[in-house]
Amino acid sequence: MSPSQPLRKAQGGRIDRTRTVAFRFDGRRYLGHPGDTLASALLANGVKVMGRSMKLHRPRGVLSAGVEEPNALFSVDWGSGKIPSIRATVMPALDGLVAQSQNCFPSVNFDLGRALDFTHRLWPAGFYYKMFKWPSWRAFEWAVRRTAGIGRLPDGTDRTRYRHLNSHCDVLVVGSGPSGLAAALEAGRRGEDVLVVEQDVAFGGSLLHDPMAIDGAASDDWLEAALAELDGMDNVRLMANATAAGCYDHNLVTIHDRSAAYRSDGPVETFHKVRARRIVLATGATEQPMLFGNNDLPGIMLAGAVHAYVGRYAVNCGQRVAGVVNNDAGWHSLLAVHDAGTAVRAIVDTRGDVERELLDAAEERGIAVHPGATPLTARGSSGVRGLRFAAANETTKQVDCDLIAMSGGLNPTTQLYSQAGGKLRYDERRHCFVPDKDPADLDVVGAASGSFGWENGSSVRPCTVAPVRTGRQWVDFQHDVTAADIELAVRENYVSVEHMKRYTTAGMAVDQGKTSNLGVLSLLAQLTGRSPGEVGTTTARPQFMPVTMGAIAGNRRGDFYRPAKRLAAHDWHAGEGAVFDDYGAWKRPAFYGDDRDASIAREVLAVRQSVGFFDGSPLGKIEVKGPDAARFLDRIYVNNVLTLKPGRVRYGLMLNENGVVIDDGVFVRQDEDHFLVNTTSGNAERIAAWLEEWHQCEFFDMRLVLSNVTSQWAVATLAGPDARAVLQSLPGLIDLSTASFPHLRFAAGHLADGMPYRLQRVSFSGEQSYELSVPSNRAASIFERLQAAAGPGKLVPIGVEALMVLRTEKGFVHVGVDTDGTTNPLDIGFGAVVDRKQRDFIGARSLARPNDRRTDRRQLVGFELLDRNASVPAGAHFVTGSNGGRRSEGFVTSACDSPTLGRTIGIGLIEGGFGRKGEEVLVYDSGRNLPARIVDPCFYDPSGERMRA
Amino acid sequence: MLRIPCPYCGERDEAEFRYGGEVPGSIPQTDVGDQAWADYLFARDNPKGLVHERWCHSHGCGQWFNVVRDTVTHRIHAVYGAGEAPPVVDCSNESQADGGR
Repeated sequence: MSPSQPLRKAQGGRIDRTRTVAFRFDGRRYLGHPGDTLASALLANGVKVMGRSMKLHRPRGVLSAGVEEPNALFSVDWGSGKIPSIRATVMPALDGLVAQSQNCFPSVNFDLGRALDFTHRLWPAGFYYKMFKWPSWRAFEWAVRRTAGIGRLPDGTDRTRYRHLNSHCDVLVVGSGPSGLAAALEAGRRGEDVLVVEQDVAFGGSLLHDPMAIDGAASDDWLEAALAELDGMDNVRLMANATAAGCYDHNLVTIHDRSAAYRSDGPVETFHKVRARRIVLATGATEQPMLFGNNDLPGIMLAGAVHAYVGRYAVNCGQRVAGVVNNDAGWHSLLAVHDAGTAVRAIVDTRGDVERELLDAAEERGIAVHPGATPLTARGSSGVRGLRFAAANETTKQVDCDLIAMSGGLNPTTQLYSQAGGKLRYDERRHCFVPDKDPADLDVVGAASGSFGWENGSSVRPCTVAPVRTGRQWVDFQHDVTAADIELAVRENYVSVEHMKRYTTAGMAVDQGKTSNLGVLSLLAQLTGRSPGEVGTTTARPQFMPVTMGAIAGNRRGDFYRPAKRLAAHDWHAGEGAVFDDYGAWKRPAFYGDDRDASIAREVLAVRQSVGFFDGSPLGKIEVKGPDAARFLDRIYVNNVLTLKPGRVRYGLMLNENGVVIDDGVFVRQDEDHFLVNTTSGNAERIAAWLEEWHQCEFFDMRLVLSNVTSQWAVATLAGPDARAVLQSLPGLIDLSTASFPHLRFAAGHLADGMPYRLQRVSFSGEQSYELSVPSNRAASIFERLQAAAGPGKLVPIGVEALMVLRTEKGFVHVGVDTDGTTNPLDIGFGAVVDRKQRDFIGARSLARPNDRRTDRRQLVGFELLDRNASVPAGAHFVTGSNGGRRSEGFVTSACDSPTLGRTIGIGLIEGGFGRKGEEVLVYDSGRNLPARIVDPCFYDPSGERMRA
Repeated sequence: MLRIPCPYCGERDEAEFRYGGEVPGSIPQTDVGDQAWADYLFARDNPKGLVHERWCHSHGCGQWFNVVRDTVTHRIHAVYGAGEAPPVVDCSNESQADGGR
């Protein structure tokens, strides 16, 4: 025994006294033993105050010995980086660990925030709905945001590695107390695949501090034998330090596994998704606090926790104990605590009809008993000095003590049960909610089912608000909700349990009300004259315990968050000086060179004057083949597909059923029954899936197959007056002269070296343009050959930005940029195409609605700024009216400083735009109103001569 | 997270599937009235109890099919192919008795 641990017993417990661990708490060094939690080690060292409450900054000591702990939350760093709000009651005391108290300044023992407590009358339930109104919320926001919450987010890099694991089992046992282990043994012996999950570092549950006789043997022996047997079965997995955090449909359970989280060579947390044929919940029960004045003082603990500390960790939490109970489980703990050497002075029981057996047991031990008494208030300021209570004969009595062990009854731990769809029933006798109707393939056993082992004893007497005002009585320790707050909320008519919870914030803290929900709703029941069963419970949602965000994310962070798609010729582009940017999922060259604007202008002019080269590989390519391919696509496109001849290309629009434009691009009829559909680059997968859905779900009688071949083909786009000459130099290509291969034609074949190719003459730039497709793995080599054929410096690679300028100059829409979720084909000038088509197509009926035909809809127009030197960004608004009644008539969708035209041009959507050509409008941007003229969206070569040359 | 029996691949995890919403009525003719067209486009039953819905085994065989699911218990009573008539399902008042959540 180390002399530094004055409250540690000389023997007993499940700690390893042969070794010590040294850790720091708030800068001071403490010693403990392996097997300790931070809470037990600090208690052994006599530390009483471990935290400050969230709202009023009251000093708080440890309340519990488990996951329900509301008070002792630390920021802890064990080589993992500092992690906030770790429960000291479950965190192992590790050598070298550094822990800090939270929500206090300058220290946990003297906290300036306590001023909030001294002015507590200003902060009743719902105070933030009543105050902070004048002059406005903004006046208070800064201070409130600084004060609210506990713990601080860690900064720096997270050193923990996170991973996800999926698994299956026949039986998942949650909890390894006697009931859980018995269930696991039974299933294991039947040969079923069993997984046992225990959130504690050790298996055994209550047996670890509360030995009993099982099957005629001492429980320690039984536990050892049971674990050895389970360990020896190949079909059983045992998982400690892992919390079953959520239960989802069809028996999916998520488990936050920290078994490797404390490794010194790099912590690992695992998030398991386990699909179980059957779930056995052996989750135990949580002891509830009692209600009396100042019941939140450091030194007031749950009786079961006092028992756990002395039994498992060999720590005396106090010298003179007073018990405040309303049930037999509390007596059991207090008698055991007394027998273990922590002297119990008195037991105050609110019940008048305590079992003779218990009274005798207390008398034997010299413990004063006060049945039928009412606890009034705990004396002391930062620690307990005594307990005042009203005896059964209504005289006020007092007992000196330095520890109050309370027990307000047990409540089954049913969060997972409820998440699985289980129904709870209020049990009058035991004053708790017990499982009533189990969902399929789920069983609840042990204390979780409401079997506490004292069923023959006296019933539990629910806590009530003390009749005498004796100081504040805490219901929710973490959120500082008192009985008076509940009363106030009821007076203000918050009588639904869900309203009560939100108004008072009871049960909404980090502990999710594990020690307060039952108290809140029994008070609510009492105050509104209902039974707790009628009041009902709030819904318990995942997670049962806080799970680190990293564990939920797994390895999907950093580069793995959204893996980038790289072009087949990515490295070739890099060699050409490409600056890459993200376009959808793709990393594509934005431009080539150092100076963005100059590069874009140079690239644009190269296309206009000689020839540019663009890597169009992400262009969506979907093959549609079969006898009904033409009929199918005719339903898909706004355009007429049936009249397209083989070897020809047509531009088309796709709508959704609501008549909104969702994609555009050309489609090719390679053969009578074989089409190639091009989609917008970012849209290939979505459109391919959408076509499949239409084919399989609605047009399933049409004979065709769909295949997305986007990544199979790399696309080299050559555009500009010299494009034909460069391309024609590839040996084996067809004759490209306009006479034999005019605009909107398609050809396929093999180059002289046998490389297969597909060639379509289409243009997104307004120049003579060819899209040459070759197998993806040949991308770089074909690019190099084209470059060599053109001669040094002749073939200018252009990026996405230059292409966007080129198509804006030409007035070609970019779906999703120049259109939004309300744009129909009429709005972008395709009214004639729509009206010409006599057959039904997707979205056709929607375009006949009056609203779709309105002439004042936002319609696509071009505009040019009157000031040649000004520029506007996309998103700027077309405005009308003066300052007072100014309103937006639409907005700029694309704009650029056109190198070709030497001025700022753009396209946009404006109300009634088709009838407003020539009109002057104002474009509003960042406080400026720029005059502009509405023009046709096609600024460059409106007749299309250059494109068809 | 459901376990969905794909009629082609067998029972798989929901993560492998794409949801396609309630099975809509058949597509009306183009001469249908505005109100009937709006009902077809936007109105869905959203029942408490049995619902017929479309799912696609998008990370498996890629096939669309229909599922009869109880929205209260999440029990999947039947699956059937796209375009097929829905099977008759006897749910024995399961969700009514359960009362829902």
